[in-house]
Amino acid sequence: MTTPVLQARGLVKRYGQVTALDGADFDLMPGEVLAVIGDNGAGKTSLIKVLTGAVQPDEGELLLDGRPVRFRDPLDARKHGIETVYQDLAVAASLDIATNMFLGRELRKPGPLGRIFRLLDKKRMREESAKHMADLKIGLRSLTQAVETLSGGQRQGVAVARAVAWASHVVVMDEPTAALGVKESGQVLDMIRRVRDRGLPVVLISHNMPHVFEIADRIHVQRLGRRVAQLKPADYGMAEVVAIMTGALQIEQGRSVVADKDAADAIGLS
Amino acid sequence: MAVIEATLPRRLLSTPVLGPLAALLAACAFFSLNTDQFLSGGNFSLIIQQVMVVGTLAIGQTLIILTAGIDLSNGAIMAFGGIVMTKLAVDGGLPPLLAIAAGLAVCAAFGLVNGLLVTRISLPPFIVTLGMLNVVFALTHIYSQDQTVTELPPALTYLGQTFQLGGTNVTYGSLVAILLFLLFAYLLGQTAWGRHVYALGNSPEVARLTGIRTQRLTVGVYTLAGLVYGIAALLLVSRTGVGDPQAGQTDNLDSITAVVLGGTSLFGGRGLVIGTLIGALIVGVFRNGLQLMGVPSIYQTLITGVLVILAVTVDQLSRRRNR
Repeated sequence: MTTPVLQARGLVKRYGQVTALDGADFDLMPGEVLAVIGDNGAGKTSLIKVLTGAVQPDEGELLLDGRPVRFRDPLDARKHGIETVYQDLAVAASLDIATNMFLGRELRKPGPLGRIFRLLDKKRMREESAKHMADLKIGLRSLTQAVETLSGGQRQGVAVARAVAWASHVVVMDEPTAALGVKESGQVLDMIRRVRDRGLPVVLISHNMPHVFEIADRIHVQRLGRRVAQLKPADYGMAEVVAIMTGALQIEQGRSVVADKDAADAIGLS
Repeated sequence: MAVIEATLPRRLLSTPVLGPLAALLAACAFFSLNTDQFLSGGNFSLIIQQVMVVGTLAIGQTLIILTAGIDLSNGAIMAFGGIVMTKLAVDGGLPPLLAIAAGLAVCAAFGLVNGLLVTRISLPPFIVTLGMLNVVFALTHIYSQDQTVTELPPALTYLGQTFQLGGTNVTYGSLVAILLFLLFAYLLGQTAWGRHVYALGNSPEVARLTGIRTQRLTVGVYTLAGLVYGIAALLLVSRTGVGDPQAGQTDNLDSITAVVLGGTSLFGGRGLVIGTLIGALIVGVFRNGLQLMGVPSIYQTLITGVLVILAVTVDQLSRRRNR
């Protein structure tokens, strides 16, 4: 059996009286796009924060390539090759594309110029950025233009390219299309496909069911702080998945059964 | 690789110092045509001497404004630094260089306190430095007992001396100020630290998520600004030849004026320290030129005010266009 790239067992996270994660499991297999869906308050965000080092779980363990890991902070998770693309906190607006690609990981000139005078190697950063952007087929006129002059989709493209450039294990994308129009969303979905085609697994958090069904290999359904189902989009209809997400249906022995008749009636599923 | 390089005109257009530079050149042309004395090496040397103290303060101010902060305490910190340097050397009998070092350290320490209050307790920079302005102002007067320190040892006024440059007398202090501008232009434009300062000013959250230690960076910026205020204190002492507890009382606002006139955004994250030099020179050229034309000094204040509002308007409009 293949070892999951990233795995979580029995995660618990409490905030005072509120239990955000209540024994949540998580499995991400090599080379797949895994969509994480769930209603508001289902613990999606908490789960993602634990996986990317933004918060530490009260209980439970994380396994990276089958080995236990602990992330002190997001930087620590990044050092383990887990990169995150945030919905609207992706890029520094007044800085150019190449600078954004290398923000926090700048390259310095070789020799004493870099070592003593800390001189940046802007040319190399531009060239490598150009390569990364080309790999994802993101077309831009110039890498020295400020990110604020780009469209929303192009900005998200820069953020995705940066994540992919540095991720050696996992790319996590938190609602990457939420702020985008139809055409630009399509571009981001294409990018996600290219990332997967390069063998890098992607965790996609999304509210957008059509997007999830278009691109996900598997769906992780989060509900009440736990994973209530893992399923393939091909085996279920969109309405069924939504019903599982809201608790109207439950999965038992691989089939969905009505758990809450009124709720299921309400959405016309029984 | 045609995609990588932006064309030169594009780069120039996106540079925020172009407007200020044009304004400076226009002002110089205007005063050259309207007065006989304006266009001379000696007069330019004088202008630079007149703006170098506020200009140096404005370097620190630029750093802080780039992080989307503001510093109201810089003139007061400079005055205190000047008193510390002179008093330790004259009354304390400390070797002059040690007294200077102590003055620089004290200024850096005030910057550090500003930075710690801004980051650790998340207080707005405006309020922190407003409080610090009063605290340091009071400390200056308590420590100096309202007495001007005179009869300074030569080392403290060394930077006020001049050397010949193409037939013009230039003070060493002017040279120090210009070199500081170049140093910070390099640090902000060519090092990772500079990139991080801009990123921080754009959005602290984005900077933090890309792995920049934003709190440490902010504290570092305020401390470094404090050290620069210390250098301004030395320039002031060397120019006036005394330690003056009344010094620098409007320099906080004058330094902000220079930064804003130089095209740096008060919202943080965009601007150039060379712009600040241009901004300081604009103020200096107007003051000098109007004086030479015999215009009453109150009109200089009027024009400076109009220019500041104009500069901020341009910044605001260009931000709106980029949204």
